[in-house]
Amino acid sequence: MTRQRGTVEDSETGATALGSTDRLFDFFGRHRSVAIMAAMLLVAIALPLIVLAPPFSGFNTQGVWIDNFNGAGIYVLLALGLNVVVGLAGLLDLGYAAFFAIGAYTYGLLASSFYGIHVPFWPMLIVGALVAALFGIALGAPTLRLRGDYLAIVTLGFGEIVPVVFTNSDALTNGTNGISGVDRPSLPGIIFGASNPVPFYVTMVVMLTIVLILLYRLQDSRLGRAWMAIREDELAAASSGVNTITTKLLAFALGATTSGLAGVFAASRLVFVSPDQFGFTVSFTILAMVVLGGMGNIWGVAIGAFVVFIVQSVVLKQLTNFLQPLNIPFLSSIDFLQYQFLLFGIALVAMMLLRPEGLFPSSRRRRELHTAQGDDLSSPQESAEPLT
Amino acid sequence: MTAQPAATDDLLSMEAVDAFYGHIQALRSVTINVRRGEIVTLIGSNGAGKTTTLKTISGLVRARSGRVMFDGTDISRVDAYRLVPRGLGHAPEGRRIFSRLSVFENLQMGGFTRKRSEVNEDLARVFQLFPRLAERRAQRGGSLSGGEQQMLAIGRALMSRPKLLLLDEPSLGLSPILVQQIFSIIQEINRQGTTILLVEQNALQALNVAQRGYVLQTGRIILAESAADLAANPQVRQAYLGEI
Repeated sequence: MTRQRGTVEDSETGATALGSTDRLFDFFGRHRSVAIMAAMLLVAIALPLIVLAPPFSGFNTQGVWIDNFNGAGIYVLLALGLNVVVGLAGLLDLGYAAFFAIGAYTYGLLASSFYGIHVPFWPMLIVGALVAALFGIALGAPTLRLRGDYLAIVTLGFGEIVPVVFTNSDALTNGTNGISGVDRPSLPGIIFGASNPVPFYVTMVVMLTIVLILLYRLQDSRLGRAWMAIREDELAAASSGVNTITTKLLAFALGATTSGLAGVFAASRLVFVSPDQFGFTVSFTILAMVVLGGMGNIWGVAIGAFVVFIVQSVVLKQLTNFLQPLNIPFLSSIDFLQYQFLLFGIALVAMMLLRPEGLFPSSRRRRELHTAQGDDLSSPQESAEPLT
Repeated sequence: MTAQPAATDDLLSMEAVDAFYGHIQALRSVTINVRRGEIVTLIGSNGAGKTTTLKTISGLVRARSGRVMFDGTDISRVDAYRLVPRGLGHAPEGRRIFSRLSVFENLQMGGFTRKRSEVNEDLARVFQLFPRLAERRAQRGGSLSGGEQQMLAIGRALMSRPKLLLLDEPSLGLSPILVQQIFSIIQEINRQGTTILLVEQNALQALNVAQRGYVLQTGRIILAESAADLAANPQVRQAYLGEI
């Protein structure tokens, strides 16, 4: 006891000697939701400005860049959701795109001229997320008793089944042709459109900010700890009093919810939904983003997804366009887009060999080290404080 | 036996419990009891059913027939996670610590079912028993030495403040000095009021700290006596204490 009290005093006397930057970090450490909002605001303003400068300005116009960022945002959402399932709870889900598809189709069917139903975008965000969550539970309930490889195989199957169902239910979903003319979001005085990607951009930034805040709070909650315990050792988690079935189900449901959100957004952005948007490559890409970013680390996964998407959909394409006219033997004849999965594979193998924890490994442990000392003694009610 | 009112003293009793892994019967009509405040040990060779007995008590394995009574209620059909808040702590075989979580987080998980304010108290108690863990609180569980991991496994189980602590082979793979240390800590935990059911291969040490013992052989209880009597039993000495 005396030892611990001593530590607290140490850190308190240390606090008085902090510089202003340290104090800023200290403030953000305490009010993480504020920190996330500040960071997201900064990034959201900085990104469209950065792309005005070379070399980025050479790739695309600002409008196209912002549209690409919207696409990247979808994958960041997806990766964040999958990170809960794979990174936190340790459940390998190889068919995650299925929930993406369910979210997108929920919106596509209920907000297009296909059925003549036009539910507005904003409530549909929640509906789409909930429908995906329901499917998450429906898939999870019978299968989460399976372990490791078996669960991976079942989710792989589910990921294949869902697009096939959408393909073959011609009368209900227009089959392979998909649903076109999906409604864009609407707000009075604001036009969401292909030529005007900014409103989508703002929507995505707000969604990501909310999801990030919620995920961080979840990660440090009792539920978050239960997920990590299950990931580490399911039997020991049960022996510690964790209801493993419910806890795993919640991870699945939450991952699916995020994916559903992304689906609704994606459908309204492209004004089109079709089964081939949700194949295995999508599941695989999201998983690769999570692994490359650093499983279990929320920021790492977000940045990983963003970088992978931009490399995939902007850099590789532009690299090909850039190299072709230069007439360099061999290099100029490569269509880099064709090799994206080869490059993915190489990146993953290299990552597993050189840095298996991902590009941005969890800094959680360092923070835990920091808060562990004060956490248990000084502020037992910390989590009950309103942080927003 | 039946005439003794001491039966109400039982914190735990297993009555004619059969347990199976698939078609293989692991426990055959196992009947044991543990009274409040006791250290009881379960000894026997590999595959005798010691671990299965503990798992059946803590709900990780279901008894096919028979009854497990804990603290006055039948727990034979209760899920493992529900038994923790009722006062059943299990430090499972092979330690099974959360290797990528810190020592602190491991202990925090042990107190998963308790209130935050209580957790601090229990944490202080565990750190008092295992000062080593206090020193290493920020270290990853997986990076601890074998002895420290064992301490962490016991400490984690203690964090739920159990009435009955099930310890599965706490001395496994430890050096002789550490074995001594672990056993004296087990006695200390018992002195502080926790009843202990101890599974051990190290029969000599186990019988040394226990009041009573059971000998398991191929899923059956073959002997049930006081620890001193068991230690003196020629059959036991020959089979488990390494005497010829």
